[in-house]
Amino acid sequence: MSANETDPAARASAASDAGAGDPVIDLSGVTFGYTATPVVEDVSLTVDSGEYVAVVGPNGSGKSTLMRLMLGLIGPDAGAARLFGEDAGRFDDGERVGYVAQQATAAEEMPITVREVVKMGRFPYVAVGNLPGGDAGVVGGLFDDPVGTARRTANAVSGRLTAGDWRIVDDALATVGMSAFADRRIGQLSGGQRQRVFIARALAGEADLLVLDEPTVGVDAESVDAFYDLLDALNAAGITVLLIEHDLSAVVEHADRVVCLNREVYFDGPADEFVESDALARAFGAGARFLAGGGE
Amino acid sequence: MSDPLTAALAAWLFPAVNQSAALALQGGLAGVGETVFGALLWVLEQWYWLMDWAHYLTGLEMLNPRYRYMQRAVLVGLCIGVMAPLIGTFLVHRQLALIGDALAHTAFAGVAVGLFLNAVIDLGVSPYLTAVVVAMIAALFIELISETTDAYNDVSMAIVLSTGFALGTTLISINAGGLAVGVNQFLFGSLSTVSPQSAGILLALFAVIVGTVALTRNQLLYVTFDETAAAVSGISVNWYNRVMVMLTAMVVVGAMQIMGVILVAAMLVVPVAGATQVSRSFTESIVVSVVLAELAVLLGIGVAYYGGVTAGGVIVLVAVGIYVCAVAVGKLQSVRGEAETPEMGSIETDGVEADAGARGD
Repeated sequence: MSANETDPAARASAASDAGAGDPVIDLSGVTFGYTATPVVEDVSLTVDSGEYVAVVGPNGSGKSTLMRLMLGLIGPDAGAARLFGEDAGRFDDGERVGYVAQQATAAEEMPITVREVVKMGRFPYVAVGNLPGGDAGVVGGLFDDPVGTARRTANAVSGRLTAGDWRIVDDALATVGMSAFADRRIGQLSGGQRQRVFIARALAGEADLLVLDEPTVGVDAESVDAFYDLLDALNAAGITVLLIEHDLSAVVEHADRVVCLNREVYFDGPADEFVESDALARAFGAGARFLAGGGE
Repeated sequence: MSDPLTAALAAWLFPAVNQSAALALQGGLAGVGETVFGALLWVLEQWYWLMDWAHYLTGLEMLNPRYRYMQRAVLVGLCIGVMAPLIGTFLVHRQLALIGDALAHTAFAGVAVGLFLNAVIDLGVSPYLTAVVVAMIAALFIELISETTDAYNDVSMAIVLSTGFALGTTLISINAGGLAVGVNQFLFGSLSTVSPQSAGILLALFAVIVGTVALTRNQLLYVTFDETAAAVSGISVNWYNRVMVMLTAMVVVGAMQIMGVILVAAMLVVPVAGATQVSRSFTESIVVSVVLAELAVLLGIGVAYYGGVTAGGVIVLVAVGIYVCAVAVGKLQSVRGEAETPEMGSIETDGVEADAGARGD
C-alpha cells in the first residue's frame, strides 16, 4: 500500500511513537468467567510489536473469550488487560486494531459491495467526533494547515471519505488481490475471498495489530494457503498478527509463537518447540497428535 | 370526566396535579414548541401552495385546494416514504424487522396514554406526542432487556409488544366510550386524520431522523454489518443500537397517522426487502428502497382516495406487489451475473512492505 497524504496516517504514526516500548497486548493474571466457573484463569501473556502469535486450544478452551479480553470487549474479573499500553476497556485508537472474524453476521444477504466493506476501515478517521487536529486540536491545526484542516474537519463532520481515503481503500484491495471484485456484492464471494476482503478492511484502517478469530473455518484448502501467505507477508511488513486458530498444522507452519490454552496457558513459546512439547497432549487430551503434513 | 371510577383513579394516579399545575404545564409546552411549530406550519403553507400548482397543472382532484387534508396526506406519505426505508434498511439487515411491529403496539399505548391524560387532567397534548414519548421509552426497554438479560432480541420485542398493547387496551377500557372511537383512527390510520398539527409533528420527526442518519450513517452501517468489528474499531455499539431503536420509534409514530398501528411496520420492511433483491451496493439499496416506498405510498394514497378504501391497507398491498416484481428482477439479475466472474488478483506483498516502511515500525 502506498504512503498516503491524509492526516490520519500521521496520527497513527504519532500514536505508534507514543506507544513505543509498550507491548501491543499485555495480559496480567487475567481471570474471567460468564458464570462462577472461570473460562479463562490467571492468564499472563505479552505480545510485542511485529510478532506473529497463534492461540490454540480445544473447543471451549476460552480462545475467543481471551481474544475479547485482549480487545477490551469484555472486562476481566481479575487481573489487567492492556492494549498498546492502555487499559483495553478504555482503548480509543480503534483504527490501530484490525479484526477478522469467521464471518460477518449479516454478510451473506446484505447488499453491500466489497469496496463498501473495505471503506469501513476508514470510518474511524472520518466519523463524527473524530475531528482531526492532533495534539494541537482543530483550532491549533488551523494555524499549521488552515486549508487542509478545514477540509478534513468538514469531511469528519459530514462523514465523507476524501480522495486520499479512497486511494487507501483501493490500495488495500489491490494488496489482497481483490481489485477486480471491488463492485461485487460481498455475499457473492467465496469464504476465502471474503476473508481477504476483511483483511483489506484492516489494511485500509492502517492497523498495527491484526486479530483473526478462526478465519479459515469453512474456507477451501487452496484459499487457506493463499490466506496464510497473505498473513505472512503482512507480518513481514511489520504488522503484529494474533491468530486464534484450530488448525494446528497451519499454526506450526506460519506462526512464530504458539500459546496453547485450555482455561489456563499450557504452553507459550516458539512454534517448533510446541511440536516437541507435551502441551498438546495435556491441553487437548492424550489422544491428540499432529498428523503427517498437518492437522490435529 | 363523567365516570366516577375514572375520576377516582385519576385522583389516585395524579394526586399532586391540580388544574393550575396542568395549565402551567400546558403553557410551558406551548411556549417551547411555539417557535418550532410556527416554522413547520410555514413549511406546510408552502406545501399547500405547491400542491395548488400541482392541481392546476395536472387537474388531479385529490390535490384540489378544497381538500387540504389530502395535500397534507401526500406530504406525510412522501416523508414516510423516505424515513421508513431509511431506517428499515438498517433494521432489516440487523434481522430486527419485527421491531417496528413491537414499537407500533407501544405507540398505540402512547396514544391511549395521551387520550387518557387529556380526558383525566385536560392536558390538551397531542396523542402523537405521547406516542413518541412512550414508543421511545419502549425502544430503550427493548435494548435494556437485551443487554441485561442476554435474551434474544425477539424475546425482548415480544415482551415490549405485549406490554404496550396490554397498557393501551387497559387504558381504553378504563375510559370506555369516549376513547374507543378515537382509537380506531390510530389503529387503522386514515388520510383525513392528518391535521396541520400532526403534519407539523411529522415534519419535525422527519428532520430529526434524516439529520441523525446523515450524521451517523457510517457508524450505523458498521454496526449493522459487523457488530464485533465495529466495537473493536472504537464504535460504541450499545449507544448506536439505542439511537437506531429510538429513530425507529419516531418513524413508527410518524407513519402511524395514515398507515395505522397494525400496518405501520410494513413500510419499514417491505420496500427494503424489495430493494435488497435488486441492489448491488448498500447506498443503492437505500435509494432503491426509498423509490419503491414512494411509489407504494403515492399509488396507495391515490387508490385509497379514488377507490374510497383504507390508505394503509392499499399502500401495503402495492408495496408487496412491488416486492414480488423486485424478486423476479433480482432472480434475472443473479442468473446473468453468474456468467461473469472476474479472476482474483495476486497478493501484492511489495506494496505492504512499502506501507510498513512508511508507518515507521
